[in-house]
Amino acid sequence: MNVVAEIILQFGMLSLMAFGGAGAVLPEMHRLTVDTHHWMNDATFAQLVAISQATPGPNAIIVTLIGWHVAGLTGALAATTAMCGPSSLLIFIFMRYWEKIRGTRWRLIIQTGISPLAIGLVLASGCIITRGADVGWGAYGLTAATVMIVLKSRLNPLWLIGLGALLGLAGIV
Amino acid sequence: MEQRHELSHSELFWGFNRIALSGFGGVMSWARRAMVEERGWLSSEEFTSLFGLCQFMPGPNIINMSVCVGARFQGASGAVVSLLGLLVAPVIIIIALGALYGRFGELPAIQAMLRGIAAVAAGLILAMGLRMATDLLKRPLLLFFSALILIAVVFLRWPLLAVMFGLAPASMWVAARRYCKAP
Repeated sequence: MNVVAEIILQFGMLSLMAFGGAGAVLPEMHRLTVDTHHWMNDATFAQLVAISQATPGPNAIIVTLIGWHVAGLTGALAATTAMCGPSSLLIFIFMRYWEKIRGTRWRLIIQTGISPLAIGLVLASGCIITRGADVGWGAYGLTAATVMIVLKSRLNPLWLIGLGALLGLAGIV
Repeated sequence: MEQRHELSHSELFWGFNRIALSGFGGVMSWARRAMVEERGWLSSEEFTSLFGLCQFMPGPNIINMSVCVGARFQGASGAVVSLLGLLVAPVIIIIALGALYGRFGELPAIQAMLRGIAAVAAGLILAMGLRMATDLLKRPLLLFFSALILIAVVFLRWPLLAVMFGLAPASMWVAARRYCKAP
């Protein structure tokens, strides 16, 4: 199949599976782009995620970068549209019913049941990026320090990203 | 809640543009500050209800949010304009960065910087997951499902769709039996 059609199909399906946001489908993106399609290797995937985190805007634009890397401008636009289109259409249709089912038991059950899966998937994303980025204890230490700082303070993540770049340049990570 | 004012298409576009450009590593916390505290587009309760919807539905949360807010003020065209406001600038920036990466990504200095940034990026994502997980401490049995899905996708590398089909009904069953008792 044509690579752009492949991108549209894969990211279009991811869009509808992204319970918990784009972060929750990073592991699946990794599996598809690295294992299934061999569009890139582990380290490149981790670096693309790193670039996307250093870019202002929604986390979902990681797909723009993956699309760009795989198939240039067409790939970038196709991936972005496929990732945002189906879910946007769905919520546009569904939003008018949301208030009507407020407080019903089944809404509570779905919400309560889905959330642990979303959380597990976000943590899984973190694990996969850690593994892809890993070059040694320096990197693990920086990851752990980032977690602590983010949980304990309200520092703008941009400072941490800058610090990461500096530590990398200095050869510490 | 009383409507403070109607929002025009251009207000929506530039509002979401500002939100997109002020946040790194996800923009939801900025979105709340901008829409609720600074601009008064939504009341705090409205934001929380919409946020619940955006989390509950699949898709990138903040993108869902832009669709809902845009649709609320200007219908379908408002949704499209808000979505574009959120995406256009970041997409241009990231394509530019992608082009630079394609050109200079192999340089040792760039590789070194990206290694450092990737380690931080991993930490940002883990911290987000842990913050979300603290809400679950009230329902400890469900943490078991977080662990299961993590193992399935990270170590066993099973396809997400299959894993979701297996675990979501089980997780909801436990939720229904233990945490959402029938009245």
